[in-house]
Amino acid sequence: MSAHTRVVVTGLGLVTPLGLDVQSTWQAVMDSKSGVRALTEDWASDINSRIAGAIDADLSNVIDKVAARRMDRSSQFAVIAAKQAVADADILSNVDPLRLGVAFGTGIGGLSTVLQQMEILAERGPDRVNPLTVPMIMPNAAAALIELEIGAKAGAHAPVSACATSAEAIAWGTLMIRTGRADVVVVGGTEAVINRLAMAAFAAMRAMSNRNDDPATASRPYDTGRDGFVMSEGAGALVLESLDHAKARNARIYAEIAGYGMTSDAHHIAAPDPDGAGAARAMLAAVADAQSQLSDVVHLNAHATSTPLGDIAEATAVRRAFGSHADRIAVTAPKSSIGHTLGGAGAIESILTILSLVNRVIPKTINISDFDANVELDVVKDAHREIASSEILALNNSFGFGGHNVCIAIRSY
Amino acid sequence: MTAEEVMHEMAVILDEVAGVSADQVAMDKSFTDDLEVDSLSMVEVVMAAEDKFGVKIPDEEVKNLRTVGDAVNFIVKSS
Repeated sequence: MSAHTRVVVTGLGLVTPLGLDVQSTWQAVMDSKSGVRALTEDWASDINSRIAGAIDADLSNVIDKVAARRMDRSSQFAVIAAKQAVADADILSNVDPLRLGVAFGTGIGGLSTVLQQMEILAERGPDRVNPLTVPMIMPNAAAALIELEIGAKAGAHAPVSACATSAEAIAWGTLMIRTGRADVVVVGGTEAVINRLAMAAFAAMRAMSNRNDDPATASRPYDTGRDGFVMSEGAGALVLESLDHAKARNARIYAEIAGYGMTSDAHHIAAPDPDGAGAARAMLAAVADAQSQLSDVVHLNAHATSTPLGDIAEATAVRRAFGSHADRIAVTAPKSSIGHTLGGAGAIESILTILSLVNRVIPKTINISDFDANVELDVVKDAHREIASSEILALNNSFGFGGHNVCIAIRSY
Repeated sequence: MTAEEVMHEMAVILDEVAGVSADQVAMDKSFTDDLEVDSLSMVEVVMAAEDKFGVKIPDEEVKNLRTVGDAVNFIVKSS
């Protein structure tokens, strides 16, 4: 196999329930905090799952109020995270706009805006519907708004694959650079659907935790008491750059996107394939794309959403892909702290994986009081774990309803 | 309402909808050329003005409202 153009990460941005930037979010993860709270809002009172990783911070200090009026909340998070990432990379004055791209998605999109406008339509009629409704609810809104914000002209793409969305965006951005369409691509994903319909709909699927009396421990991947995922909101953004471009401008390099794997299960519209075959193929493809050996993988940032079936299916897939080497892969599940940000998760968790490689420490999975013996993985759970200073390969898994499996292989730099 | 009162309320709407600061708003200012209100924001301004002043500003009338003064005069006349 011929060598790819190497793609590195030179900027990061985060908006999560744990903090409105990278530093505060990482610190909260290292402090083993939970971003989940009780939903005491009236609209949630009759919904079975009344907990969520809601972002309560005032955004008016970090986004212009007129710009914000024209965006769904999911796009507001996206633009805030993307601006952080491009500032962190100091890229905008150092790249030809014709060589700057965007790949940024959302799992669900502007549903909160749809609901607001439906209410206006029902109560006040069609003449009162916001003229900006269409550009607020379209699934490519976040990608387009980032493209406008940073002046990216190489192309703006909005992959959509439910909870694998932003991992897929990382893959698309990597592909844009490898195929020569761009030198720099801002990638990531966002979600903001803590609203009555989305909460009711996921609750109707019996997909969410009902541990309403103890929000902070409700997201508990790999614990025998796990009873579903916890809805969360937020966004993650990364600046991907060709290694040559980054070196030429002396950029600070966090890590390398060494490879990716993307497969589909063709099994069920929502349930994971219990054999984990599709997820295993995605992991194997990512390692092969990174031109590495299975034995090079030392860390896995798992999808692990805290559902009874999903956590086991992923563990089975890891075993299937790696065999006995699975014993030597340190696994962590950041949704234990953040909850599940759906379309934001792949990017947020790839950023946490990168920070683990940079800081040489894997944060522990919180809320495991009774480890599920059916999970045959080395889960980092009692204390954070240091990792060796040598060159290492880590994986980040993201799976989405529809049977989308995406694995990103990240190499320390 | 007097023209002065309407103009004051229009400035509030323009700030909220389009981020135009109140000191820029004057009767002779053009929405598009001077205040940089784009066509979608103009629809929002019209909707907000209709709500605020209890008037109806038909689409065919909106294109005649080139300046803030045009809008103020239309509203004073209609209310």
